[in-house]
Amino acid sequence: MTEPSTVYVPLEQIGIRRRASASVAVIGNPNSGKSTLFNRLTGLRQTTGNYPGVTVEKHSGIAQLGSSALELVDLPGIYCLGGFSTDERIAVDVILGRMDETPPPDGLLVVLDATHLYQGLYLLQQLMEMQVPTVVALTMTDVATANGIDISIEVLQRHLGGLHICPVVATSGRGLEDLRAALEHIAQAQAPAIPESWPELSKTADQLMQEAGGVLQRIDVIQALIHPDSKRAAILEKHIGAAGIAAVRASLFGDEPPQAAEARHRYLWVREVLREAQTQAPLLERFGAKTLRWFNRPWPATLMFFAVMALVFQAVFSWATPLMDVIDAGASGLASWIAGLLPAGAFASFLTDGVIAGVGSVIVFLPQILILFLFIIVLEDSGYLARAAFLMDRVMRGVGLSGQSVIPMLSSFACAVPAIMATRVIPNRRDRIATILAAPFMTCSARLPVYALLIAAFVPDRSVGWLNLQGLVLLGLYLLGIVGGLGTAWLMKRSALRGPKPHFALALPEFRWPNPQTVLIKLWDRARIFLRRAGTVIFVVAILVWGLAYFPRSAPLQTDYEVAVTQAQAAWSGAALEAELQRIENEAAATRLQQSYLGRAGHLVEPLFRPLGWDWRVSAAVIAGFPAREVVVAVMGTIYAVGEEAEEASLAGKLRSATWPDGRPIFTLPMVLGLLLFYAWCLQCAATIAVIRRETNSWRWPIFAWSYMTAIGYSGAFLIYQLGTAYA
Amino acid sequence: MTLTDLRPGQQARIDKVDARQPGVVRLMVLGMIEGVEVRHANSAIGGDPMELSVYGTAISVRRQQAECFRITPLASND
Repeated sequence: MTEPSTVYVPLEQIGIRRRASASVAVIGNPNSGKSTLFNRLTGLRQTTGNYPGVTVEKHSGIAQLGSSALELVDLPGIYCLGGFSTDERIAVDVILGRMDETPPPDGLLVVLDATHLYQGLYLLQQLMEMQVPTVVALTMTDVATANGIDISIEVLQRHLGGLHICPVVATSGRGLEDLRAALEHIAQAQAPAIPESWPELSKTADQLMQEAGGVLQRIDVIQALIHPDSKRAAILEKHIGAAGIAAVRASLFGDEPPQAAEARHRYLWVREVLREAQTQAPLLERFGAKTLRWFNRPWPATLMFFAVMALVFQAVFSWATPLMDVIDAGASGLASWIAGLLPAGAFASFLTDGVIAGVGSVIVFLPQILILFLFIIVLEDSGYLARAAFLMDRVMRGVGLSGQSVIPMLSSFACAVPAIMATRVIPNRRDRIATILAAPFMTCSARLPVYALLIAAFVPDRSVGWLNLQGLVLLGLYLLGIVGGLGTAWLMKRSALRGPKPHFALALPEFRWPNPQTVLIKLWDRARIFLRRAGTVIFVVAILVWGLAYFPRSAPLQTDYEVAVTQAQAAWSGAALEAELQRIENEAAATRLQQSYLGRAGHLVEPLFRPLGWDWRVSAAVIAGFPAREVVVAVMGTIYAVGEEAEEASLAGKLRSATWPDGRPIFTLPMVLGLLLFYAWCLQCAATIAVIRRETNSWRWPIFAWSYMTAIGYSGAFLIYQLGTAYA
Repeated sequence: MTLTDLRPGQQARIDKVDARQPGVVRLMVLGMIEGVEVRHANSAIGGDPMELSVYGTAISVRRQQAECFRITPLASND
């Protein structure tokens, strides 16, 4: 939003944005309209960075306010100052100034949702204990009015010690000018009054603060009392004595968790305030409310959930295909254009097969990933994600997880990358990691080309009852992924990630239309992360694999090739010559690949994969497919001398006729089933590894995930091949 | 009587919360404390978890935690 007054600023100020004089944290309950307000105040003057050492992005923006400029920092929504999830803990750490390289905020912009004042006032009480200049934005006032809720700002203000409260409607911009005016001088504003909700705690905190000799602030003392395991608690105990603190805690909290005592005191106060400040008019049932309620009932809602997921998958697979085809065609068109311009050689191959193919393999999945991200964000912002979690909670409990793992798990049927990034809503770290480890098992879109090729080539196209055998095998592979993923989560929750059962206590937001600006900003954020983190890794590994497959080049081979071409030109003409040249080119490419480091690596690891029935060619293709599993199809195309752009049918034919030196076929049914199982379970995706690294913030989990999945993929393939060969 | 005995559409007042059971504090932080009126708004298939309406906010509660809330049912006006 632009201010009309900027038209009249003195000339020397035009084009110069004032630097932020103070930093203000924007904080409130989840779904309180915080981000919409933040976007309104900062416009597009936002930056997204990272807090050091954590995975949550730092969203900040500059709000130009009349005579000053403020840095606003948008934080994840919280209900209290004792964070449960990663997101929540980071929000708490930032506002309490406990985040490295991030100074504590000079002021707070507390966002209260007028339709959920009850929980909002609870958080506000805790924030007022910080004694930092505070402005309150009361959002959703239009929705509240429509719902018959009448709030008296004066009464609220009186109970909050005269705190500045600005009613706003962030979507339309009503009330924003008042809010800007209130924010303009926030840094110089007075600290809010001490909250009245728990006088005993206030008195004790003041006393202890003095006794500790000023090493801890008031809010730190309160946090130390309420969270006995925190760093501040240790400092307080050092200064006052552990016995003294224990006595203080016993008198304040009894023998129950401190947070329970706090909830009782503060909510009692909130209820009294609301009795005075808020009236709820009885409402006539709105048109359609009955229908809506019927759709919310257990069975209809569950069926709706499956319908929604079906729509998402339909979109991810069918809407993305034309775009992916365009990208594919663009990349190969560009590659052949460059190949035509440059003399054949290492450099041309580096540009076409290395750089362009590498970049292509990153962006070819972008349409799918963006569509999936878009759906996840829209589901999240409309409040449906929480509903889906609620409906599916029971199902996930069987493997020791909660409903919050459902959307990540389902998303990973399209791509594990957005799925793993969507696990951030899971409050418990153990549950989150178990979900991250389970997600890559699900049959993602990159596995499909591999499945399609191998099934078409080796599974007979015949009926089993009224089902098709090929379809049945594909279904089996999907089930294998599900079993692998859920089994892994179940195992992990019983071993390394054992912990208390997830509680799944969460507020379910009402349905609301997502704000397009917020959705686009979030989408851009996630796309950026994918391109930066996953993209660089895929690209680097793609270049590496290109190098392995291209070098070394031997001169005798080149001479043989040229001789063969000359002979062909002498012996054939017309279409026959074209075909013959293509055949020679493909044969040469296959021989070159055999001579390359990749081919040698294939030979080198062949003994390792021999028990699975793989020869050096399959082994080399699997190695080349490490960065991105779908590459394996193109490599097999080259290695079996049908050209990398081969038709599926011709490659399948070549594969069927491939033999061991002694003439036995390589691609027997047990070997193919084993190979399929290997692809169902192993983690051949550099992007997933990079994202696991980013989201768990350590190399431990990606290394574990890769080793574990490769190990069970290998074992499964081994068992199938050995048993199948023995009993066939 | 605990929250688990509440039927869809029924209202009740919370009498006593056993805060020491795992996961209960999280619900108290959302405002489920003694004296507060709640309404059974909905549930997933099988009745677990259930959706409670507390001061206009829908809160999802699993059966295991619901058992920790002793209640008095109120005459329903639904």
